[in-house]
Amino acid sequence: MIVVNNLVKNFGKLQVLKGITERIKPQEVVCVIGPSGSGKSTFLRCLNLLETPTSGEIMIDGKNITDPNNDINKIRQDVGMVFQRFNLFPHMTALQNITLAPMKVRGLSQKEAEERAYNLLAKVGLTDKANVYPDALSGGQQQRIAIARALAMHPKIMLFDEPTSALDPEMVGEVLAVMKDLAREGMTMVVVTHEMGFAREVSDRVLFMDEGIIVEQGSPEEIFNNAKNERTKAFLSKIL
Amino acid sequence: MEHLIKVMPQLLKGAVLTIKITSLSVFFGMLIGLIMGLGKLSKRPYFKIPAMIYIDSIRGTPLFVQILLFYYGIPNLYFQFSGKTFTIDPMMAAVVVCSINSGAYVAEIFRAGIQSIERGQMEAARSLGMTHNQAMRYIILPQAFKRIVPPLGNEFIVLLKDTSLLSVIGVVELTQSGKLYVAATYAAFPVYIGVALVYLVMTLTISRFVAWTERRLGVSDRRE
Ligand SMILES: Nc1ncnc2c1ncn2[C@@H]1O[C@H](COP(=O)(O)OP(=O)(O)O)[C@@H](O)[C@H]1O
Ligand SMILES: [Mg+2]
Repeated sequence: MIVVNNLVKNFGKLQVLKGITERIKPQEVVCVIGPSGSGKSTFLRCLNLLETPTSGEIMIDGKNITDPNNDINKIRQDVGMVFQRFNLFPHMTALQNITLAPMKVRGLSQKEAEERAYNLLAKVGLTDKANVYPDALSGGQQQRIAIARALAMHPKIMLFDEPTSALDPEMVGEVLAVMKDLAREGMTMVVVTHEMGFAREVSDRVLFMDEGIIVEQGSPEEIFNNAKNERTKAFLSKIL
Repeated sequence: MEHLIKVMPQLLKGAVLTIKITSLSVFFGMLIGLIMGLGKLSKRPYFKIPAMIYIDSIRGTPLFVQILLFYYGIPNLYFQFSGKTFTIDPMMAAVVVCSINSGAYVAEIFRAGIQSIERGQMEAARSLGMTHNQAMRYIILPQAFKRIVPPLGNEFIVLLKDTSLLSVIGVVELTQSGKLYVAATYAAFPVYIGVALVYLVMTLTISRFVAWTERRLGVSDRRE
């Protein structure tokens, strides 16, 4: 589903990704862990070209997205993204946040888009908040709306960049619950997270990143209980 | 006092022209400003460079000189080349110069407003598959518009006052109406006090209106 070959990303002189090669299968849930500054966000953002790779290749569904002849907008329609800081549109209600892209990008009628939105609102448990503006919602609610907004495009892949890091502890659970449902339904997911419990329970595979490379990867069992690499062990001992 | 009462009808007529010129210029200035503001933010050099030159040269020169250059300079230039004379309609010159002038300031207001919107908004829009233009139109500009209402209102007030410079090319706006009356009567003090008061009423009205608009836009973010 996602094939990454020798992905390199530089910011000026700083090399943030130093050659990442990775293959993510359909319906796989992959968690990316690692210390702050190791390049996790940059890696994720390259997957929908919010960052332009310096070199290397990314194939999504067999299409080389780094080929400049490909339509970026078309590719992004199938790759949903959820941000640490939610990034809801503050001048629109929850419902409008969800319906905008399906209408403007996919060409759905308002009726179709709203029907789709209400299904998603029910799924994230916020039907009663349809006509509320984002700043009247709690962080956890905003993030659930943000997930619904991304899902409304019916993406094939969902990317999550530390979706619970900006939340008060009591709201982390409600967002993770939505993500678990999604994983169970077979969505292909790449999740950057510090929630080791989630990674252990939900993911099929865990990637440990440090200093711009994937140092070690394996099943949650392999990573959390039998890490081989010293850096992985050191990181886990600090965080667990 | 007597003069003040007698001159009032003329001043009000002048004020109507002042308002006319200002509103037309504000309208065209907003159009120019939006395009030039987006131009300055653009990555494409053929769009960005002309916008920057326009904004810098207009903001870097006095409106008074721009008026003179347009009204007297262009016919003179034409004469040098063709040997024929022509005059520009003062009213048209007024609107053209004020629009071009205001456009440069409005462009900077738009640019700052757009840049003040958090980067995550553009990223969220693009990650949903929207094009850059769609993201601008549905996400960035509506939010930027709210933030630029106060500086835009301020710009209107500045422009309204600056139209007094148009008296130099004989547009009978508010200031020129006063000057004409003073030329005939020498009653400089009461007449110019009257002129000042009429400006004051207009600028206060605009600033109240802006404050009201601001309040209305402000709550739409918050209502449930
Ligand atoms: N737009 C940018 N410009 C310059 N440096 C950046 C940019 N984005 C990220 N970086 C740098 O790249 C490195 C990796 O950042 P990031 O991918 O955000 O790491 P992580 O998500 O693992 O914390 C950091 O050193 C960060 O400062
Ligand atoms: Mg990060």
